[in-house]
Amino acid sequence: MIGRRRLLQGAGSTLAMGTGLLPQLAAAQGAPLTSGLPSGEYDTAALDALPGKKPLIKLSYRPPNYETPVGYFKEVFTPNDAFFVRYHLAGIPDQIDAQAWKLRIGGEAASGILELTLAELQSGFPQVEVAAVCQCSGNRRGLSDPHVPGVQWGLGAMGNAIWKGARLKDVLAKVGLKPEAIELVLNGTDGPVIDKTPDFIKSIPVWKALDENTIIAHSMNGAPLPLLNGAPMRLIVPGWTATYWMKHLVSIDAVAKPFDGFWMKSAYRIPTGKFPVIDRFLTQETPANTPITEMVVNSIITAPAPGQRHKAGQAVKVRGIAWDGGYGISRVEVSSDGGKLWRDAALGKDSGRFSFRPWSFRFTPAKAGRYTVLARASNRAGQTQAETLIFNPAGYHNNVPRPLTVAVS
Amino acid sequence: MIKFAIAALLLTASAAAYAEEKPVALKDAPGRDAVEGNCGACHSLDYIRTNSVFMSRQVWTAEVNKMIGPFGAPIAPEDANKIIDYLAKNYGK
Repeated sequence: MIGRRRLLQGAGSTLAMGTGLLPQLAAAQGAPLTSGLPSGEYDTAALDALPGKKPLIKLSYRPPNYETPVGYFKEVFTPNDAFFVRYHLAGIPDQIDAQAWKLRIGGEAASGILELTLAELQSGFPQVEVAAVCQCSGNRRGLSDPHVPGVQWGLGAMGNAIWKGARLKDVLAKVGLKPEAIELVLNGTDGPVIDKTPDFIKSIPVWKALDENTIIAHSMNGAPLPLLNGAPMRLIVPGWTATYWMKHLVSIDAVAKPFDGFWMKSAYRIPTGKFPVIDRFLTQETPANTPITEMVVNSIITAPAPGQRHKAGQAVKVRGIAWDGGYGISRVEVSSDGGKLWRDAALGKDSGRFSFRPWSFRFTPAKAGRYTVLARASNRAGQTQAETLIFNPAGYHNNVPRPLTVAVS
Repeated sequence: MIKFAIAALLLTASAAAYAEEKPVALKDAPGRDAVEGNCGACHSLDYIRTNSVFMSRQVWTAEVNKMIGPFGAPIAPEDANKIIDYLAKNYGK
């Protein structure tokens, strides 16, 4: 039914070739990398196209971890074929049979059990759409100072799409939850290369599962989910980081005790109380650390391009996007003097509180020189991007404004 | 052209290859075989290069122990020492 990739074979052939033959092929080839990443990334990352994808910034081949070049964020919705790809473990499906797919919903804290085909997901429940940012928890890890181990993501482990599917709460209502249900455990078909490696399994609190915006999606930007973004169905947890957005979803189990798998207990955790986040996953929290939940408010400048030349007396058009954990962007400010004076940018079309929000700003430099442009976003919960890095061992939640140097002659 | 030829060869060698996984060269030094043979069984070796250069011997040791412990990598103790030594000397700070 599901072609699961066991890449040991592939690894062998690669290794045989990796012992000195043409090593220059592995060198970075035109990948548009931001500054501040580990030095080893600049001669390793490369533009490379996965099946069905445009060339993206390859950080690792196996499992595939590819980020979206920043140029794609000029559009509010990220094209499916440019959407970032992230897997933890190399046992990933190289094909899926959407017709034969079954999602099982049950567990000890469910009243019943249900098996859903793709067709039943599409026809048996009201279909809803939500525009939402999917951002890897580790986006910008590569910019941590000091650097921390992990996939060294730059700015592009994120994307925004219109997701379509059935509400998880509607599916759960059909199965029935017992009063003792506290978490929903999620699994997809991707898994480890060797049996001893913990399968990638996550859980979410019942209250988040019952949120009307949490959906089991089969469609992304009007097309079926791409294979590498979770076909034929994945969970969409708007506002929360992508670690909970389980791809290739095959089971959802209601449980009465906190799920204690590796990917909940030991990974994707932040120091308790260190970040200004509102949503907490209390059944998984300890005094020392707590699961990452919602995204922190953030923004990126998408124009002008670095290196673009400008003339004194002519307007510099600054554009970008902002997003947060689903409270909605209330304000974006821009500075053209390195952060001394801030002025309001104009907010563009609102596609919903979980979406990228475009913004624009213009300033006219009176004289030649180098101008340091910064943007900072605030949300309706009263949060603003951090002025300095809140360091944490996994490099999460980096929302420090990134300076762009604008040269004016 | 060369890139193309290599890709074709890799695809022939490994019909299951997901992408065109190109060889990721590591520095030629003692212990490289142990790194390629053990680490490369579960993940491509670009993980090592992109995670440099900033990790001390202590941090590399913790990474290798994480692979052996929670991730269950079947790495023999003598290989583990070779791997840590290689990573600390060639990709450590």
